[in-house]
Amino acid sequence: MAATLPSVIVTTDWVAQHATDAGVRVVEVDVDTTAYDQGHVPGSAGWNWTTELCDTVVRDIVPAPKLEALLGKSGIDNKTAIVLYGDNNNWFAAWAFWQLKIYGHEDVRIMDGGRKKWVAEGRELSTQKPSFPATKYTAGAPDLSLRAFLPEVQAAIAGTKASLVDVRSPQEFTGEILSPPGLPETCQRGGHIPGAKSIPWGKNCNEDGTFKSFDELKTMYAAQGVTSDRPVIAYCRIGERSSLTWFVLKHLLGFQNVKNYDGSWTEWGNLVGAPVEKP
Amino acid sequence: MKPEDHSRRQQELVGWPVTIETYKLGDVYHCTIANVDPGARVARADGATKEEAERRAVEKASKYLQQTRRFKSEV
Repeated sequence: MAATLPSVIVTTDWVAQHATDAGVRVVEVDVDTTAYDQGHVPGSAGWNWTTELCDTVVRDIVPAPKLEALLGKSGIDNKTAIVLYGDNNNWFAAWAFWQLKIYGHEDVRIMDGGRKKWVAEGRELSTQKPSFPATKYTAGAPDLSLRAFLPEVQAAIAGTKASLVDVRSPQEFTGEILSPPGLPETCQRGGHIPGAKSIPWGKNCNEDGTFKSFDELKTMYAAQGVTSDRPVIAYCRIGERSSLTWFVLKHLLGFQNVKNYDGSWTEWGNLVGAPVEKP
Repeated sequence: MKPEDHSRRQQELVGWPVTIETYKLGDVYHCTIANVDPGARVARADGATKEEAERRAVEKASKYLQQTRRFKSEV
């Protein structure tokens, strides 16, 4: 992977050698919240995105005090190198990465290939949940330049001021389905935000779960008119898939102005009177 | 422990492409079925054998996948 910022990616080999080093904490974050219990990288912590990486009362990202408590009990301080990995091409590892960057954690990395590659390589798995000495973590002020809210998206399409990237499946983009197969429908209308380009998030990755090369990624986005000289807003259904695309654009391709619209289609597709494009 | 007898394949289940991943850890086979796009888990099950874990996961996944509606284009 010829990334512009290669320090954000580590290999499975690197993790196998350094997972329990002082100053390093490996954390698994999965779509499938039961996967960690089925075996994980020895010494890694497990975070549940449905309860620990969000506000469970108001629809919002994790509040700062809750994040501070989570990191504190995971033995992470402000200088720890956090190495995230997860199932499904690191989908939710990227969601955690995005939130950690919002709160200003400096050293966050993703294990290339994630859980899929680790298991496929037959590497060691543990079912023991490690405990960590508690630390005190202080979250920074949220960096909202990484996050798009509804008014900004509305302004963007009105003035065509940003490239909108819809990272959902083509069937969701066209409105053929309202949610991924087998999952509950969470919106009233199907389709996409007018002007959005369909670039499914999975196209960022190779079959083994690793990220595609810098050149492949750059070419893919450029072919859709998504270039670094223009602001980009990525969205999906609930903001998680798009956090991986945000990671790729921001940290692998080095785009300066990229935001994740975590309200995504579950906000837009439920708005009364919002313009919708189909197919 | 290291995962053994790992397999991963794609197939169609009640009209939807899915990925079926199974491996053995210790004495237990773990099977997870995810939709191919985006790859979210639809069902998972454990079993004493690979066949048992996959059969139970397929039963559960089929139930959920059947509930997915397709909307025809209005163009």
